[in-house]
Amino acid sequence: MPSTVPIEWYVALTVIMFTIGALGVLLRRNAIVIFMSVELMLNSANLLFVAFARYLSDLQGQVLVFFVITVAAAEVAVGLALIVVIFRTKHSINIDEINVLKG
Amino acid sequence: MGNPLLFLFLAVIAVAAALGMLLSRNAVHSALFLVLNFATIAVFYIVLNAPFIAMVQVIVYAGAIVVLFLFVIMLLGAERLRALGTLSGADRWQRILAGLLALALVTVTIVALLQGDGAGSETIPLIDSSPTALGLELFSSYLLPFEVTGVLLLAAMIGVVVLGMTKKRGEDA
Repeated sequence: MPSTVPIEWYVALTVIMFTIGALGVLLRRNAIVIFMSVELMLNSANLLFVAFARYLSDLQGQVLVFFVITVAAAEVAVGLALIVVIFRTKHSINIDEINVLKG
Repeated sequence: MGNPLLFLFLAVIAVAAALGMLLSRNAVHSALFLVLNFATIAVFYIVLNAPFIAMVQVIVYAGAIVVLFLFVIMLLGAERLRALGTLSGADRWQRILAGLLALALVTVTIVALLQGDGAGSETIPLIDSSPTALGLELFSSYLLPFEVTGVLLLAAMIGVVVLGMTKKRGEDA
């Protein structure tokens, strides 16, 4: 075992987490869980940003994480509002039942 | 950087929490697994010399976003989906295809990582990552993106208010 963690370990961990998030988007039928999976993917990207900021001794990676967090927060707010509106008309958030644009 | 044992410990928790989120039937359980995952990532941030990001992670993600998720789940009563009948053949194919795609993504990355030389210096200098340093960077090099972000948040806020408005009684539904 190495005395310190190589950057490759962080890349592997974030890829595994990103893949789990992508699987969630592909497999789950609950729209809210799909949003959670998107958050998981954004978080794994954030973790990789911070890891590279540490290994390259560069602060810019950490600044970018702020922007990602901001966009994620805005996305969740709008997405959940959309889900609430869809639920009002369809009484379901199963994406298999939400397949027409007509309200 | 950091202790390899600590990394493995945290990585196991993070991946287990992510899998728990993926596999829970109940959306509330998914949200709680997501909190666990976000908390482990916050600890990773502290290990990686980003204490301020770690605090932002806990406050914004665990504190605001997941609470919003839980609020909407409980508001809609959408913990479990109505069963749509048995798994159809198309669904089964979808699962197999998704599994193959996931396997391909992980394999490609692992192969790419194994081809790297694995070299890295043992001591990488720590940089100043205090809120002061981050703020100076944000308000000097990234001033325009910062302001664009403000516009984005305003647009999101207005959008949510418009979506949330219910039509007054008397108007046609």
